[in-house]
Amino acid sequence: MLSYDLAVIGGGPAGMAAALKAREEGVEKIVILERADTLGGILEQCIHTGFGLHYFGEELSGPEYAGRFIKQVNESDIEVKTDTMVLDISQDNVVTACNNVDGLITIKATAIVLAMGCRERPRGALSIAGSRASGIMTAGTAQKYVNINGYMPGKTVVILGSGDIGLIMARRMTLEGAKVKAVCELMPYSGGLTRNIVQCLEDFGIPLRLSCTVVKTHGRERLEGVTVANVDENLKPIPGTEEYIPCDTLMLSVGLIPENELSKNAGIELDSITNGPSVDEYRETNHKGVFACGNVLQVHDLVDYVTQESQIAGEGAAKYIKGEKKTGECIKTLGTNGVRYIVPQRINKQTDKSVKLYFRVGKVFKNVKLVVKCGDEVIMSNKKKKMTPGEMEYILIKLDTIKSLPADSTLTVTIEEA
Amino acid sequence: MTKKEMVCVSCPIGCAITVELDDSNEVVSVTGNTCPRGDKYARQECTHPERMLTSTVKLEGGKLPVVSVKSASPIPKEMLFEAMKEINKVTLNAPVKIGDVVIKNILGTGVDIIATNDAK
Amino acid sequence: MRYDVAVIGGGVVGALISMKLSKYDIKIALLEKCNDVAMGTTKANSAIVHGGFDAMPGTLKAKLNVKGTGMMPELCRDLNVPYRNNGSLVLAFSDEEVEHIKVLYDRGVKNGVDRLEIISKERAKELEPNVSDEVKAALLSNTAGIVCPYELTIAAAEVAVTNGVDFIRNCEVKNITKLDGGRFELDTAAGKIETEYIINAAGIHSDEIAAMIGDDSIELVPRRGEYYLLDKSYGSLASHTIFQCPNKMGKGVLVTPTVDGNILIGPSASDDREKDNTDTTPDGLEFVLSKAFKSVPSINVRGAITSFAGVRSHPVTDDFIIGYSDKSDKFINCAGIESPGLSAAPAIAEYVEGLLIEKLSPRTKESFTVNRQAPVRFRHMNEQQRRELIEKNSAYGRIICRCETITEGEILDAIHAPAGARDVDGVKRRTRAGMGRCQGGFCSSKVVEILARELGTDMNEITKFGGNSKIIFERTK
Repeated sequence: MLSYDLAVIGGGPAGMAAALKAREEGVEKIVILERADTLGGILEQCIHTGFGLHYFGEELSGPEYAGRFIKQVNESDIEVKTDTMVLDISQDNVVTACNNVDGLITIKATAIVLAMGCRERPRGALSIAGSRASGIMTAGTAQKYVNINGYMPGKTVVILGSGDIGLIMARRMTLEGAKVKAVCELMPYSGGLTRNIVQCLEDFGIPLRLSCTVVKTHGRERLEGVTVANVDENLKPIPGTEEYIPCDTLMLSVGLIPENELSKNAGIELDSITNGPSVDEYRETNHKGVFACGNVLQVHDLVDYVTQESQIAGEGAAKYIKGEKKTGECIKTLGTNGVRYIVPQRINKQTDKSVKLYFRVGKVFKNVKLVVKCGDEVIMSNKKKKMTPGEMEYILIKLDTIKSLPADSTLTVTIEEA
Repeated sequence: MTKKEMVCVSCPIGCAITVELDDSNEVVSVTGNTCPRGDKYARQECTHPERMLTSTVKLEGGKLPVVSVKSASPIPKEMLFEAMKEINKVTLNAPVKIGDVVIKNILGTGVDIIATNDAK
Repeated sequence: MRYDVAVIGGGVVGALISMKLSKYDIKIALLEKCNDVAMGTTKANSAIVHGGFDAMPGTLKAKLNVKGTGMMPELCRDLNVPYRNNGSLVLAFSDEEVEHIKVLYDRGVKNGVDRLEIISKERAKELEPNVSDEVKAALLSNTAGIVCPYELTIAAAEVAVTNGVDFIRNCEVKNITKLDGGRFELDTAAGKIETEYIINAAGIHSDEIAAMIGDDSIELVPRRGEYYLLDKSYGSLASHTIFQCPNKMGKGVLVTPTVDGNILIGPSASDDREKDNTDTTPDGLEFVLSKAFKSVPSINVRGAITSFAGVRSHPVTDDFIIGYSDKSDKFINCAGIESPGLSAAPAIAEYVEGLLIEKLSPRTKESFTVNRQAPVRFRHMNEQQRRELIEKNSAYGRIICRCETITEGEILDAIHAPAGARDVDGVKRRTRAGMGRCQGGFCSSKVVEILARELGTDMNEITKFGGNSKIIFERTK
């Protein structure tokens, strides 16, 4: 059995940032286990720019953003095992993994950081009726074909879902010569950034059809077309609004799901809203010494936030390894009235820093107050011009405030009329 | 006098901006923005909109058949497709490093196309 | 190419017949119009081994179902195909239905079904805690089971090919001519094929094949059925196969575990007369859900990882059509094999074997293997087995499908097996790569890469399931 102070599962932006931060904090023996053949994670195929504005103050492409961390990892003494799949995490923090060089390996780690990322919701979860032709794929799969493998995944395309990946792929396919017929969005608003709607759709005259979904796929072998229809306020297709759009490809960009199979098998408690582990302010799960960060914890909109969150987890893991991490009574956090969830889900009363509460809202809010309460007592209240489900928000809770709260209390974040 | 409506992309608020242009396409007024960045964005979008361009170029002798590239800074929006044609003509030989210049001064814009990934 | 016997159709029936016949010293071709075996009704059905109480006494369906169900455990052992004797329940929700399950019980006894019981609500809830509280009683069939129909077919085809059968893919039969001397000439998409005997196991198209020799006696109604497959995390919803009382369109909507640990619910039944229409519909899927709710109220559509439809070939006579054609004593029809066709398939194969050797009187081969080596299943191994496996062949150390833990080694085995995989779905059916929660989102491009490499072709030549089901187009650069 191999022995490490810290094993990081996943070598994307989350895993690399956590590992680097832990190293900076003095953790000596660190290994990153990455299932792909290179570090970088999903950023390797996100060749568009827009990454790093917050963290580096520059507009980088995905590979460039990842590249900065890959360089630091390569220059450090952090060990990296690529093409390596983690199969199991045991109760006593033994990680079982395999690859085709070392074979099956077991690693005893004092602390573990989970940074496995997320996966895309597939067609099956949507139950779109129709044929099972080829040419129906998630936007991420299509992105890999075009940006990594160098093949066109389609020539005439309809995209379902207006999240950022869908919008980015609309532009990408258009620039490579494909015709993107429409981007359909079930909700009455887009889940993507305004900037992407302007620069990925409007620039190319690609229609964005809101409150619209794909109700049927056509074609026996390769996809030949889709039927789209408008939906009512209950998101049900409205009969009579069906329209047939010929296309050879349907790309799905209909949501991301944190990949927590390993966490579940290890008995780690998950949050039913985020589908990620439930964590404290240092992103430690209920499983002692196991931390989580990045999209495995909650689906992020910006990689810059992933980096920040992962540094918190890396710092927490370092404290844990050094025996400095405070545990004990916790304050719970709770989102209500439009605030869908809060990460972290709990804060140790004995913590040593102010804590940012990250959350997403359930619909578009304009000119509202974001209020933090403990019981009936209002602790903070901030005016917000606009909040949308597509963007992650945060609010800072000062250390003094945390210290002043009674143990076992609940901090509630809520939205009120301004 | 013409009016142009647009949504500002400078930040998530997405102000609805109205720009008034005179007959020689000079900006007369910008309204609806809530900060100076909106003003700047609106003026630029009306007079000479620019975009970052990202794509891939063919790679030979590498592990993968393509490597990602971008324009080092934004180029005029109307030149995107023409620039793609130039990008599609290029074949690189591995190895390539992040930041390597792939096309110097593309289409006379003064902007280079550079590699955005290492390729072995 | 000249053969003694041409089996038309690589479904479960055609593959098992080919395997049965491969012990004789005759030249056999298994002709399949698609790029793989198990591409028709076989790949999209309930995957059930029925007890045998449904069919009317005296019918071929009744006889071959009970016999086939009895043969299934040993056959699956020989072929190393997953089979589970999980038993089935028919739920009765009203006094009328209680009477109906008594009728089924009596019919089962007449058909020779062993170990049937009528059980109380309490006993039913004890066996299946998630069934509805509305249940009044149930018929328990202890001999019923579940099997993976395409794995069974793939395994049978493998054994057939190992024993010398020629498996010819993409070989749609377009015309059949009777030659002088009584032989047949088949005009196929893969060229001309000459044969002494024909076994028509062409599933939903078997009426057309029969018509090619002037036999218009087969009348089939394509009956489409839709299904939902739920994620393994819902696998504990049911351990028995849970039926409702049958109606004139079939056995109704069932809720059943699969041998892989998922839950399958379905089918709907619609006679839309289109043979190759495997579309799912909002109404069909809604129907399946609403019916499944009735049996197991805690079923949640959020657990669905995929939905699909299959077309079963319902014979208007309501019984299997198996025997020599009136038009030729060298042409055996094997048509109208709807439910319980999968259960009956081993017995159908034996029955057809009997019909053939009666006339052909072939010698048996000296070397014949009935057993199929168990495919490597990394996901089912313990740590020590995995360690040893990777030491022997490092390809088993590279995980390709992360949801189902499928290794590159298993994918290579699937491609290089006799009658091996040629497309992404073929790899999926043989290994489960792409069958998990992400439905191939991550691994399909890797599978395409491996297929292209192993078959010596370009990635853009690889299809999802043959024909024009290409996955990607030309290079971007």
